[in-house]
Amino acid sequence: MLQKTPSNRTINHRRIIHPLFVRITHWINAYAAIAMLMSGMRIYNASPLYEFKFPPELTLGGWLAGALSWHFAVMWLLVINGIAYLLYGIFSGHFIRKMLNIGAISAYRNIKLEMKYLLLHGTGEYNVIQRLLYVLVIWDVVLLFFSGLALWKPVQFQRIADFMGGYEQARYIHFYGMVILGLFILIHVSIAFAVKGTIKSMFTGRLTKSQIAKLERN
Amino acid sequence: MSIEKKPTAPSLEPFKKKLEVIQRRSFLKKSLSIGALSLLSGCTLKDEDAVDKILWAMSQWNDRVQSFLFSPDKLAKTYTEAEITNPFPFNAYYEEIFAPIVDGENYRLALSGKIEDKKSRSLEDLRSLPQISQITRHVCVEGWSAVGKWGGVPFHLFLQYIGADLTAKYVGFQCADKYWTSIDMQTALHPQTLLVLDFPGKSGETKYGFPLKVRIPTKLGFKNPKFVTEIFVTNDNPGGYWEKQGYNWFSGS
Repeated sequence: MLQKTPSNRTINHRRIIHPLFVRITHWINAYAAIAMLMSGMRIYNASPLYEFKFPPELTLGGWLAGALSWHFAVMWLLVINGIAYLLYGIFSGHFIRKMLNIGAISAYRNIKLEMKYLLLHGTGEYNVIQRLLYVLVIWDVVLLFFSGLALWKPVQFQRIADFMGGYEQARYIHFYGMVILGLFILIHVSIAFAVKGTIKSMFTGRLTKSQIAKLERN
Repeated sequence: MSIEKKPTAPSLEPFKKKLEVIQRRSFLKKSLSIGALSLLSGCTLKDEDAVDKILWAMSQWNDRVQSFLFSPDKLAKTYTEAEITNPFPFNAYYEEIFAPIVDGENYRLALSGKIEDKKSRSLEDLRSLPQISQITRHVCVEGWSAVGKWGGVPFHLFLQYIGADLTAKYVGFQCADKYWTSIDMQTALHPQTLLVLDFPGKSGETKYGFPLKVRIPTKLGFKNPKFVTEIFVTNDNPGGYWEKQGYNWFSGS
């Protein structure tokens, strides 16, 4: 359920809109996810599933062995940081407060409110599209994690590989998981650059002057 | 100079705070671009730079993790005759036409290292040992996979038969095509690890490793040596052709 009341939107200049824990895990995750994506594209190129390859300039590692080394080193960072973020999200109430209120009924009831805040970005309150995308990308990384385990250890983690429909199907699942992650990063980064102050507040945790001015106008 | 040093010369004092912020910002920008550079640098694992050292250390850490995850009696999935990939793909560090052709009649398998009975073995000697066959999936480090059928002597029986020191850490392989690789002892003793005498493909086709190959369904393809001419048991990690160039040594499935 949405708990947005006008009082929630009162502008407090010093208010922390992004908790420190979220900011730290966000930037570690940004580094890890991009490194995994770039090295993953190089690994894909070694034995493409389709008629195309990724441009080498977008990839990381220089050649297959380098890309694999990156992929299997950074996976630890992605997984440890990801687990820390999930535990924080669950136990601090961050997920409940900011993301999981995407029920269709509440969205319908609050449609006007939602439309109003749709164009407000980077204020620490996630609008309905942000909430949907963030929940989607979290599940996508979970899927990438399990399909990745199936590819790394199809014998030792046979149950996971079977659940993914076998080794070959796990390759396709891992590939499409990467495509979804890439599209998410593209959208996420474009909006972050397009909406003034978003990136800065992800470092400082606080609203920028332009964001405050914008909120006051609303 | 003296003219410019008038006391009325503009002072930066009132802007000091702002300047500091700008300096801090430019430092942050620099460190970001250094970070981005190190992220983007093509890594060959040959250079001595810090990134390569970290990646190399992580690869060794992953060897230990994989050794820990390896369970000696967990079997790789087996397949039916109908599921065999035909033709089975050829793969090596060279083109197919350069695959060596070894004379089976005069072939002798050399044995060295921590082995009691180092007498070299002919194909006939190896044929006289118990034989099994299995259909398993070969997974290449490049990502593709293929199902094939291999037959021969269970490797653990062979190691016992020649009196290999089963407490030693590594088993190494030298090949007729100058390829070499090595595996951990626990994988060597896995029930599906096979000293291969019967290969995929048509009879008389030698490119899949005739006369002797080691098939390890719990390892990536490049850890499965073909055209094997020598087997040795040692406590010093012998590495391998691809491993020394940066591919992960354990590379278990």
